[in-house]
Amino acid sequence: MDILHSLIGRLLPFEWAQYAFMKNALIAVLLVTPIFGMLGTMVVNNRMAFYSEALGHSALTGIGIGVILGLSNPLISMVAFAVLLAIAISFVKSSSTASTDTTIGVFSAIAVSLGIVILSRGGNFNRYASFLIGDLLSITPDEIVLLSIVFIAVIILWVFIFNKLVLVSVNPSLAHSRGVNVRLYETLFAVIMAVLVTISIQWVGLLIITSLLVLPPAAARNISGNIRRYTFISVTITMLSGLTGLVLSYYWGTATGATIVLISALLYFITLVSKPWFNE
Amino acid sequence: MIPRHSLTQRHEQSCGLCCTKINNLGVTLGKTEILRDVNIHIHCGELTVLIGPNGAGKSTLLKAVLGEIPHTGELSFVDARGSDAKRPLIGYVPQRLEFDSGSPISVLDLFTVSLTGKPAWLIKPGSLQRRVTENLTRVQAAHLINRRLGDLSGGELQRVLLALALDPVPDLLLLDEPVSGIDRQGMELFYNLVSEIRHQFDLSIILVSHDLALVSEYADRVIFLNKTVIYSGKPAGLLLDNSLAQTLGSAWLKGLYGSQLSGMENRGGLE
Repeated sequence: MDILHSLIGRLLPFEWAQYAFMKNALIAVLLVTPIFGMLGTMVVNNRMAFYSEALGHSALTGIGIGVILGLSNPLISMVAFAVLLAIAISFVKSSSTASTDTTIGVFSAIAVSLGIVILSRGGNFNRYASFLIGDLLSITPDEIVLLSIVFIAVIILWVFIFNKLVLVSVNPSLAHSRGVNVRLYETLFAVIMAVLVTISIQWVGLLIITSLLVLPPAAARNISGNIRRYTFISVTITMLSGLTGLVLSYYWGTATGATIVLISALLYFITLVSKPWFNE
Repeated sequence: MIPRHSLTQRHEQSCGLCCTKINNLGVTLGKTEILRDVNIHIHCGELTVLIGPNGAGKSTLLKAVLGEIPHTGELSFVDARGSDAKRPLIGYVPQRLEFDSGSPISVLDLFTVSLTGKPAWLIKPGSLQRRVTENLTRVQAAHLINRRLGDLSGGELQRVLLALALDPVPDLLLLDEPVSGIDRQGMELFYNLVSEIRHQFDLSIILVSHDLALVSEYADRVIFLNKTVIYSGKPAGLLLDNSLAQTLGSAWLKGLYGSQLSGMENRGGLE
């Protein structure tokens, strides 16, 4: 970690890059944004924005459960609850006739209200307000190690399951006819999303995590005609907004997560306007 | 059907040719019996059209054959050498795709994710490109290889999906006819291709159709399904089946033949 820090200090002779918390945040951005850019492409293709929103909300209940259990770090209970919720949603989705939107809406409502009820006992909800906005600058070296593990795991998984996921998203029956276990891959993706969203939520913020997942791929699809380009542009836009947002939030004194999302929104509108030049 | 290999007498116990057999297939979901005692034998090189009213279980039958929902009874495939029955390799052309039409998935991408394990987001298809072009050429769609799926017309998409279903060449091809979005010309091109391919690859084909008038000239056999097989035989025979006309009303049957019959009616051929 020290080597990385001195390397960053050497390579980036700027004022902001001299502080340890900014160096940590920079490493975190470089680890988190590419995964968001990659997974986001599938979230947008499968119209799962609402779903990732529900996962984000479930973090509140996860924290609440952690508090009840007396855990010092609620991360474990958050991830566990989100994974459980992800599996529950995909189970109910496949065995009920209600629309996916309704199913997710029901679970999301339970998760968010249960979380608020638990956390607001005794009027202490303000203590958890940081989860709503997120605080990237508070990230510790230990958490960066955790992020690196998640980073590597997601990329390896993405190599193996991506093709199957695309086929399932195009048509589940078609995927089935080609030997893809549709339920398995759907659940696997849901679980990966649950882990990623809950782990990142304390840095990005519950209110805007979905935007970071959805905006860059939405921008990328405006100007790409195949999957490779789509992924590449989406990752580039997420990283670019992450880095720009981090630096700007330092100078402006604003919340990092929201600043990053604003930059990606700007990039989205730029791609939207330049769409005609890229088609044909 | 005249067995084309009638000189080889090794497998009289089956159908003489390779064939796909669906025996006593039944599907019950929850407490509702959707299909019962469905028996269908399809010879290779034969196009069987499956029709029936809404809710007759047509799509359930397709899903059961695909193995997507549990069923009783059995499904087996016997090849021309009469070797042991196995579960057939199935090619499937869905009715429609459920993807977001703005998704940047090209035709080549669709083949890449279906045919290889190499992650399409990372690796350039390279050598696969030739194979895909060959596949697409079969259905007169080679020029579409780099187009986005969402930019294809209904007929073009249908041909691309057909090309995909033919690699690897299946034992049984299931086609779910699109309800809308394809013009008459596109449909005719599609069915001409299917008809050609049936002989070229000696395929068993089941086509779920909603418009018998359109497909009757290509069909070797029509199966009328309503929870079970009600009629199975030549397309023309369906109309002559009196018991069928009684249960369903002749108006409904005539509706099936649509345009063909309205021509006859005008000439006073019917009624």
